[in-house]
Amino acid sequence: MKKAYLDNAATTAVDPQVLAAIQPYFSQKYGNASEPHRWGQEARVALDQARDQVATFLGAKSGEIIFTAGATESINFAHKGLIEALFQKFSSSNFQFSRKLHIITSSIEHKAVLETCRHLEKRGWVQVTTLPVDKYGLVKAADVAKAIKPNTVLVSVMYVNNEVGTVQPVAAIGKLLKKLNQLRVMSHQPPVYFHTDATQAVQYLDCQVDQLGVDLLSLTGHKIYAPKGIGALYVRQGTPLVRQLDGGGQEFNTRAGTENVPYIVGLGAAIERVSRVDQDTKLTKIIKLRDKLIKGVLQIPGAVLTGHPIKRAPHIASFAFRGAEGEAILLYLSEKGIAAASGSACTSGQLQASHVLTAMGVKPELVHGSLRLSLGKDNTEAEVNYVLQTLPVVIKKLRAMAPK
Amino acid sequence: MVSEGRLRGVIQQMYSPKVFEHIKKPRNMGEIKNPDAVGQAGNPVCGDVMKIYLKISKKAGQEYIKDIKFQTLGCGAAIATSSMMTTMVKGQPLDQAAKLSKQAIAEALGGLPKVKMHCSMLATEVLQKAIENYKNKS
Repeated sequence: MKKAYLDNAATTAVDPQVLAAIQPYFSQKYGNASEPHRWGQEARVALDQARDQVATFLGAKSGEIIFTAGATESINFAHKGLIEALFQKFSSSNFQFSRKLHIITSSIEHKAVLETCRHLEKRGWVQVTTLPVDKYGLVKAADVAKAIKPNTVLVSVMYVNNEVGTVQPVAAIGKLLKKLNQLRVMSHQPPVYFHTDATQAVQYLDCQVDQLGVDLLSLTGHKIYAPKGIGALYVRQGTPLVRQLDGGGQEFNTRAGTENVPYIVGLGAAIERVSRVDQDTKLTKIIKLRDKLIKGVLQIPGAVLTGHPIKRAPHIASFAFRGAEGEAILLYLSEKGIAAASGSACTSGQLQASHVLTAMGVKPELVHGSLRLSLGKDNTEAEVNYVLQTLPVVIKKLRAMAPK
Repeated sequence: MVSEGRLRGVIQQMYSPKVFEHIKKPRNMGEIKNPDAVGQAGNPVCGDVMKIYLKISKKAGQEYIKDIKFQTLGCGAAIATSSMMTTMVKGQPLDQAAKLSKQAIAEALGGLPKVKMHCSMLATEVLQKAIENYKNKS
């Protein structure tokens, strides 16, 4: 049977060369990087190299990279660690907010950000403003500026939305916060810190932290051909964070626990591979395939494109179909050897329809018929053709089953 | 603290082989021309819509479901429960069919993920509505 894996935004296969880089660190070079002996130092060297690789990709200093178990942990750490640190800072100084600390985020963030903010809000530590988006799933930088209050300490806006692929104006927000912070410093006010979840952007868009103007950036390995369970948090020097995992002094005393050396090596190798020169040709290929998918799928009657027509990540093509339910589409596609994703309520464990599509104002009956096809480096034109040949049949079959 | 019940609700379960069988090959799918009764349940906003058509025959003073067809817009579980429901009541006396429970449908399918139990409820609801429709007519 033909197969086409078009769910690369969910996760990717580990690259054979990444796997080869990891392998020695299980049974041959298995030392604990905290130990002074040869075994330990071998692991330490590998850790340092991986940290350099991630730092180079982000245009950061090695000391600004903290390895975590993935983007979710990075996001939790960035938000909770910052708020806790600012609490400590403000309670021990003369500076006092008359109100709670204030976080600005967007309605299309990943659950990791939204749930973390909700947690902090429930605890009574912060007040959260969740910015709306337009029908393309775009946050407006001007809306961020408008939402800023004297007690705002954190802005958290993702780089690329994972469901519809819309690219957010992160650099523009970074620029306006930089200007604002210059004024704040002059009046001895604390700055507004800026976090971005770059999970879907790494390997496709410029992630140089100074270009973006971010203080905190979360990323994960398994979307870029490294294993699941490894990620990193970039923390700009001077950004206050209280560690959320207490114990030993690993990761510059910011995240306790023996380092996951093999997977860290994998993340380093993977991030280096996606920043190489041949990346451009890979990108061109993926964009071509994405555009072919979009053009082809939109031939199906009652199909609409979700997300931005231009400002969209190279790997994500997302749609909604009238009169066909998302989970059923996925099951029928899977039957034909095709992997895709949907924001339908029935595909979520909690039976909630996609908060992203809902925030974009997509009608509920269309949200139930949503479909995301996401490409990776190994997808071929033959696979795209196979999807374009199969999907119309599936949609037709489901519509034939539905009441008229 | 996460309670055990909440944990169980969150963990997503797989469909049974029987559910997959009915998704792949739905039984009694389609429309009946000039039906004796129709029923519809659910709505597109919540994601699932089921419609059924009945043909009723009378034998020895009793009413039987001679034929039944369904149309469903919905997820895999919605398709499978409507398909299974039709096989369970086809040929049955109307009074007995009216007693079909959502648990019986779920059991016949080899169980349903907890979050999908409402689909079997929709399948019994649509059946009840069709029977009601028939009774109101006659």
